[in-house]
Amino acid sequence: MTTAPKDNTQQAVIQAKDLRVEYRINREWLTAVNGVNLAIYPLEIHGLVGESGSGKSTLALSMMNYMADNARIGSGQVLLDGQDIAPLSSQQMRAIWGKKMSLVPQDALASLNPSYTIREQIAEVTQQHMGMAKDEAYAYAVEMLARVKIADPEAVARSYPHELSGGMQQRVMIAMALSTEPRFLVLDEPTTALDVTTQAVILDLFRELILNNQAAALYVSHDLGTVAQLCDRVTVLYGGEIMESASVTELYAQPLHPYTVGLLNSLPRHHDGTNTRLSTIKGVAPSLQQRSKVCVFADRCPVAIDICRAEKPPLETTPDGRTVRCFRWQEIANNELDLSPPEERVTETSDEADRELLQANSLSKAFGNSDLLDRLLGRAKEPLQAVDDVSFSMKTHSTLGLVGESGSGKTTLARSIVALIKADSGQIELYDEPIALDLEKRPQDVLSELQMVFQNPNDALNPYHSIGQTLKRTINKLTSKNMTDEQVAARVEDLLQAVRLPADYAGRYPSELSGGEKQRVAIARAFAANPSLVVADEPTSSLDVSVQAVILNLLKDLRAREGASYLLISHDLDVIAYLADEIAVMYLGEIVEIGPTEAVYNLPSHPYTEALISAIPEPDPTSGKQRILLEGDVPSARDLPQGCRFHTRCPRKIGAICENEAPPLRDASDGHVIRCHIPIDELVALQSQPPVAAGEGK
Amino acid sequence: MIRFFIRRIILLFVTLFVTSAIVFGLTQLLPGDIALLIKGRDASQVVIDDFRETHGLNAPVLVQYTNWLGGFATGDWGKSYLDSSDVRTTVLRRLGNSLQLAGLTLLLAVPISIVLGVVAAVAQDTWVDGVISIFSLAVVGLPEFVTGLLFLSIFAPGAGWPDWFRDFFLPALTATLVLLGYIARMTRAGVIEELRKPYVRTARLKGLSTREVLFKHVLRNALLPTITVIAISVGWLIGGLVVIENVFNYFGVGLLLVEAVERKNMPIIMAATMIIVFFFAVSNMLADLLYAMLNPRIRLG
Repeated sequence: MTTAPKDNTQQAVIQAKDLRVEYRINREWLTAVNGVNLAIYPLEIHGLVGESGSGKSTLALSMMNYMADNARIGSGQVLLDGQDIAPLSSQQMRAIWGKKMSLVPQDALASLNPSYTIREQIAEVTQQHMGMAKDEAYAYAVEMLARVKIADPEAVARSYPHELSGGMQQRVMIAMALSTEPRFLVLDEPTTALDVTTQAVILDLFRELILNNQAAALYVSHDLGTVAQLCDRVTVLYGGEIMESASVTELYAQPLHPYTVGLLNSLPRHHDGTNTRLSTIKGVAPSLQQRSKVCVFADRCPVAIDICRAEKPPLETTPDGRTVRCFRWQEIANNELDLSPPEERVTETSDEADRELLQANSLSKAFGNSDLLDRLLGRAKEPLQAVDDVSFSMKTHSTLGLVGESGSGKTTLARSIVALIKADSGQIELYDEPIALDLEKRPQDVLSELQMVFQNPNDALNPYHSIGQTLKRTINKLTSKNMTDEQVAARVEDLLQAVRLPADYAGRYPSELSGGEKQRVAIARAFAANPSLVVADEPTSSLDVSVQAVILNLLKDLRAREGASYLLISHDLDVIAYLADEIAVMYLGEIVEIGPTEAVYNLPSHPYTEALISAIPEPDPTSGKQRILLEGDVPSARDLPQGCRFHTRCPRKIGAICENEAPPLRDASDGHVIRCHIPIDELVALQSQPPVAAGEGK
Repeated sequence: MIRFFIRRIILLFVTLFVTSAIVFGLTQLLPGDIALLIKGRDASQVVIDDFRETHGLNAPVLVQYTNWLGGFATGDWGKSYLDSSDVRTTVLRRLGNSLQLAGLTLLLAVPISIVLGVVAAVAQDTWVDGVISIFSLAVVGLPEFVTGLLFLSIFAPGAGWPDWFRDFFLPALTATLVLLGYIARMTRAGVIEELRKPYVRTARLKGLSTREVLFKHVLRNALLPTITVIAISVGWLIGGLVVIENVFNYFGVGLLLVEAVERKNMPIIMAATMIIVFFFAVSNMLADLLYAMLNPRIRLG
C-alpha cells in the first residue's frame, strides 16, 4: 500500500470545492450532492463508499463534469490540475474526456457497443486524441490489451464484446480507459459484477496500472472489503454529504462517524460463528426529497442527541488531519460512546431430532443438445454439461451453502432441486421418499415443501399484484387445507410480521417498496406454505451491505422460528459462512469439496477453495494477506478438461496425473471430503506455508 | 450461415406447400359446380364438358391438386377459366407492376421516415418531436382510399400532370403515407431506447462529437428493429395494396387477386396467392439475414 503524499504543496490532480449537484425532479431542483470538498493527489486511489442513493455515483461523474440530462452543478468548482472545469460545456469537455479523464464503469458489457469489435472501440479514443491512423490505432489497441494482461490480445482485439467473459470485458474497459494515459480515472463499482477470483486479479491490475501511469483515481464502491484492499484514502458519503474522510488505515482502525461504524459492523465475517446476528443500521437512506436541514444521518443514528436534530453538524478537521461531520466524534474517538453491536444470539429451537431431509444422488444436467439438422450437417456440438453426477444430502434444520464462480453449475443444481430445471438423470429423495425430477409430476405437497428465493426481488414479484395478493395466492395455491378468508388474512399478517414488515404493507404494490423490502416479501412468499427447504439463490447480492445484514439476520431468525432448512447459493463466502453449517464448493459441474463450514474454511482445503477464500477482500487494510490469483477464466463446460477439471488453473498442480486422471474423493475428517490427487496430509503441509510463486500474478 | 439458409429454404417450401393446400381446400368448399358458375346456367352440356376436360376438373380432388402442384413446380401454372390465357404470363406481368410500385414506395418511405424518427428521438419531448409524432399518427390513421382520392382530386387530370405522375407516383405516395407513421415511430422508439444505454455514455466520455455518437454508435443498433418492420411491409406492398390499386386503377397483384376471387378464377387465385406468400417469406428471410449481418450478437446457424 502506498501512503498518499501528504505534501500540501503538491497540487491535486482533481479537486472538488464546495461542490453541489442538483437534479430537476417535478420542476424543482433537488440537491443530490451537497457542499463536497475532496482532493485526489497523483498516485492516489481514493475510495468513495456509501449505500445506494448516497449520491456517490453522481459525485463521481460530476467530477468528470458529466451530468445526466436533468442534472447540473449548482455551485462550486471542479479543478483538474488547477483549472476549473465545472463551467465548461459538453462541447468543450470533449478535449478532456477520454484524454485527461476516463471512466471504468460497473457494467462493462452494457458499456461497450455490441456492434463493434474491441479494437474498433479502443482505437476510437486514440484516433480522437492522439491523432493515430486506423492501422496504428489497431496495433496500439492490441498493445493496450496486452498491458492489461489479456493472454491472446490479437484474438480479443478482433472479438465482439459479447464473445468475452465478464472479467475480460472489464479488462477491455480498463485498457480503453488507460490508452491515452489519463490524469484522472473514475472507477465506478468496477468489480461488483465479477467473481471474487476475477475481482482479485482486476484489483491488482488497477493498482499496478494506476501507479505506472502516474494517475489519480476515484474508486466508487459499496464493498468495504475491496476499498480496504485497494485505496489509500477513503471518503464516506451519506445523503449527498461527506460523513468522514481519512486514510484507509485510520478509518478502518478507528471510524469516527456512527454511520461508518454501522457499515463496518454490518459486514458478515466468517469467524463470527453461526449463532450470532449481524448488527444493522435501522431505517433506509433518505430520498432526495427527504434530505433534512439538520444532520442527515440523525434519523438512523443510534447515538443521536437533541442537537443532531436541531442543526447540521459542520465538517470538522481532527488534529491528525481527518475530516468528520458529527457532533459527537470526539466522544467516539475517546471510546466514550458504546457503538459496539449488542451481542445478540439466535437460539435455534428444535424439539425434534434432526433427520434426513433431502438426498440428491448423481444429478446431471446438460444444455444445448444438438438437433437433427446439426447432425446431418456434421456439426453436432458437445452439450454443455452444467451439472455432472452430483450427490449430496441435507438434514433438517441445517443450511448448506453452495459456492463457486459463475459457470460452476451452482444455480443449475439448485434449480433442479426445486425442478425449475428438469435434471436429465439422478434421483432426489425428500424425507426418504423419491420425488419426481419433473415439476409437472410433483404433487402439491412436495411443491410446498420446496420453495425458492431469487436473486433479484424486482423480477420475482408480480408488479400488478399487491403484497397481500401475492401472499394470499401462494397460501391458497400451496396449502391443502381449506382455509377461510379470515385464516388466510391472518396468515398474511403473520408472515409480514415474521419478515418485520408492517401489516399495512399488504395493500402496497412492489413499486412502492425498497429493494430490501421487496426481498423480505419474496422471503415471506417462500415461507407462506411452511416449506421444509428454502432454496435461496444469491438472496442478498443485489442489496447494500446494510440491507444485506438485515436480510441475513432475517433468514437466520426465520430458520429458527419456522424450522426450515436452506440451500443457500452465494458467490460471497462470508455470506455463506454466516448462515451455513455446511459448505459445498462447485467447479465446472462437480462438487470439489464439501464439509462443515469450519472444516472447509480451515486446512486442508481443495486448492480451488483455497484460492476462493484467499480472494475475499478483507475489510481490513492491514491484513496484508497473501492472495492466490487464479490464471484465466473458467474453461467452457462444453469442453471439459481431461483428468482433474481444475488442473488448467490449479496453483498446486502436481503433474501429469492431474491432467490425465480424475482425482479421487479424499476423506479429510468427519464428513469433510476433498476431490484432489494430493493426499490430505500433504495438502495440510502445503497450505500451512504461503503459496508458491506459481499462482502469483504472472 | 449455410445452416441458416438450408433451414429457411426448407421452411419456405413447407410454407408454400401448406398455403397451396389451404387455398386449394378453400376453393373446394365453394358451393356449386365451378363449370356452371363460369360458363353460366344456360351453357350447353358440350361447352361444360369441354371446360371440365380443358381444366382437368373430372379427376378426383386429390389428383386435381397433385396435378396443379406438379404443374406449378414445373412452370405450367394452368389456364385462366375465363379466357384460357396463360396464368403464368398474367401473374408475372402483374407482379412486375407490383414490384415497381413497391420499389418506389420503399424508396420514398424508408429514408423519409427514418429521418423523421431520428429527428423526433433526438429532439425528444420538444415541440419538434410533438409535431412529428402528431403528423405520423395522423397519416397512419387516415384510410388509404381517403388519401388516395384526395390526391386524385388535388392533382386533377388535365392540369398538366404527366400520366406517370397520376398513375404511378401518386399510388406510391399514398402507400408511403401508410408506412411512414409505422417506420418513423419504430425508429424513434429504437433511438430513444439506445440513447439510454451505458455505451452511449462511454462514447461521449471518449470525447466523440454528438454527431459521431449518434451516427456511428446509436443508429447502427437503433435501426435493427426498423429493418423487421420494413421487411414485413414488403409483403404487404406486393399483395396487400388492393385498395390503393383499386383507387388508382393500378394493375398490380392485389387487384388481380381480388378480381379472380370475384370471378372464381381458380388458377389465378392459386398462382397469385403463391407469389404473395413467396415474397412475404423471402423478404422476411432477407430481413433476418440483414439483421444478423448488422448485429454480431446473432450467429445464424
